[in-house]
Amino acid sequence: MISGAEIVIRCLQEEKIDCVFGYPGGSVLHIYDALFKQGDIKHILVRHEQAAVHAADAYSRSSQRVGVALVTSGPGVTNAITGIATAYMDSSPMVVLCGQVPTNYIGQDAFQECDTVGVTRPCVKHNFLVKDVKDLAVTIKKAFHIATTGRPGPVVVDIPKDVTAQMIEFDYPKSIQMRSYNPVVKGHLGQIKRAVQVLQEAKRPIIYTGGGVILSNAAEKLTRLARLLGFPVTNTLMGLGGYPASDRQFVGMLGMHGTFEANNAMHYADVILAVGARFDDRVIGSPEHFASEKRRVIHIDIDPSSISKRVKVDVPIVGNVADVLDEMLKLLDGGFKADPELADWWTQIETWRARKSLTYRQDQRIMPQFVIEKLYEVTGGDAFITSDVGQHQMFAAQYYKFDKPRRWINSGGLGTMGVGLPFAMGTLFANPGATVACVTGEGSIQMCIQEMSTCKQFALPVKIINLNNGMLGMVRQWQEMFYSKRYSHTYVASLPDFVKLAEAYGHVGMRIEKPEDVEPALRKAFTEHKDDLVFMDFIIDPTANVFPMVAAGKGLTEMILAEEL
Amino acid sequence: MRHIISLLIENEAGALSRVAGLFSARAYNIESLTVAPTEDPSLSRMTILTWGSDDVLEQITKQLNKLVDVVKLVDLSEAPHVERELMLIKVRATGKDREEMKRMADIFRGRIIDVTETTYVIELTGASSKLDSFIAALDGGLILETVRTGVCGVGRGDRILKV
Repeated sequence: MISGAEIVIRCLQEEKIDCVFGYPGGSVLHIYDALFKQGDIKHILVRHEQAAVHAADAYSRSSQRVGVALVTSGPGVTNAITGIATAYMDSSPMVVLCGQVPTNYIGQDAFQECDTVGVTRPCVKHNFLVKDVKDLAVTIKKAFHIATTGRPGPVVVDIPKDVTAQMIEFDYPKSIQMRSYNPVVKGHLGQIKRAVQVLQEAKRPIIYTGGGVILSNAAEKLTRLARLLGFPVTNTLMGLGGYPASDRQFVGMLGMHGTFEANNAMHYADVILAVGARFDDRVIGSPEHFASEKRRVIHIDIDPSSISKRVKVDVPIVGNVADVLDEMLKLLDGGFKADPELADWWTQIETWRARKSLTYRQDQRIMPQFVIEKLYEVTGGDAFITSDVGQHQMFAAQYYKFDKPRRWINSGGLGTMGVGLPFAMGTLFANPGATVACVTGEGSIQMCIQEMSTCKQFALPVKIINLNNGMLGMVRQWQEMFYSKRYSHTYVASLPDFVKLAEAYGHVGMRIEKPEDVEPALRKAFTEHKDDLVFMDFIIDPTANVFPMVAAGKGLTEMILAEEL
Repeated sequence: MRHIISLLIENEAGALSRVAGLFSARAYNIESLTVAPTEDPSLSRMTILTWGSDDVLEQITKQLNKLVDVVKLVDLSEAPHVERELMLIKVRATGKDREEMKRMADIFRGRIIDVTETTYVIELTGASSKLDSFIAALDGGLILETVRTGVCGVGRGDRILKV
């Protein structure tokens, strides 16, 4: 017989979990005691529960394994909510174990009590409250099963303290069957055949891919299919790395800050092959404007509710992206003969590309785009890049050419400021020894800056690329463009001295103010200080804006380009 | 359009809140919702009366199906079905109204299930529109309270919702 707390640990061992991100507290004391008594699972003590969940999330995103977070009841859970919602919006598989007050205290407004199942319900794939120790192991098994199958997502398991103290025999199920949960994997073969037929008839096609390609580890299959078809490829923000960005067939990211060629190609395509992407508002702009062109849409997605949600789909294929692409490749085994008009379409795309919509002028002050380009060069394009949310995120997405999947770790759906540093931590635990840079700004970084302390404790050599414009840049950009330059509360007054702050946490700090210092400083950080956390405070041009831009509610082709201002 | 969605859901704590939460989070309409365990006590059957365009209904059914606890779901309105709602209505029954109330209950095939010196409780079952008509036929001043169960329904013939 072992205790519920020991069962939790044994379950994690069975799931081959090697690290857990967490923060102890009253309700999880038994679990922490069981953690203390074992040696397989490393516990990463963060400084705020939000960071534990973000780190576990990035652990999943940057590897193919499941991140696990452990938090206590009440404030532990409420602090974790932002992290859980972030993972939910980006379909990141994750298990969050939460302590709860003892079962006989539930509902009594006990100390550190919070209705965990209630407050997390809208932002989890599923959640459980374990009221009896005999249900504990099977519930944790279900949690991992649900988190990792179908459209992945975070699952919360709420465990009252008394349940972790009760003794029982440990029996971990090998597999799990749930009559209410049987996600589709294989796509419908008839539909896939129809899709191939439509692809064969396409004169102005585009392959539009999203996070689903990354999540189902289908980047290699997608690349093979795209090369076979010879069609242009665009990625969403979440899909970057799903197709090599340095390839000629890649037309760049699309959407609100997509390239001129990607947005035009998407809008004027006669056939869209959408793969693991969901046509969201930041991607297609106004749905009415988008619907103004006649086209046929093939949509592969594991989640039926993503299909025909915002754009009417002609050939829906519900299934795991990797499996469906496999079937498509099999059907195209005999070769593919594209429509002769495809060549004209490429000529058109090259004309759009010639506009060079990703341009900026680098003069006296450091331009943020320039920093990202140098970061790309210095890291050989092979680093894991985590980012926060704002202008710097868009610059990183536009200018760092991701050739591999799972290298770009950012909060696309929820758009959570503060994720960058904890994302970098989780990425390093999943990929020890990897080069990890966190592209951030002076606004975002301060939302989880306490994690520099965690980075010291665990010797995490994150390179923080702080694009410091002294402004909440993206909000300022909107105020400049749409609010007659009324900069309401976007100037971050009294910023800390980030160099001193980094040093206070025991790290290396650098301030870079001249364009000519950018590259040497980066080289120094990534070589001489390879094993240190380096906080690089780049003082950048505060007037830099992200272009191209599709204003909210506008059509995808109604872009504002840099030179037009 | 008006739709009746019938679903089987694991009879577990919080199942109702998952469904109700989904409707409020995604701004779908609920006109009525009934839920009770089935002959298999591990399953509850829920009947939701909702309305919306075809696109909205497609999303509602897909989103409901996505809930991990939902086992099976059918839109009853897509094919022949029968639907019923039960109402208990308490009315003032004094003087000449006492006889009139009895007569009205008989006309609508209602049953008087509680009688006091001054009130009746009338039980009425039928399509929601019949219950509406009954309320409309009464003198509003005499209605003391009404309680309705919301619609429940079942497909006709071989259309069976079962695990």
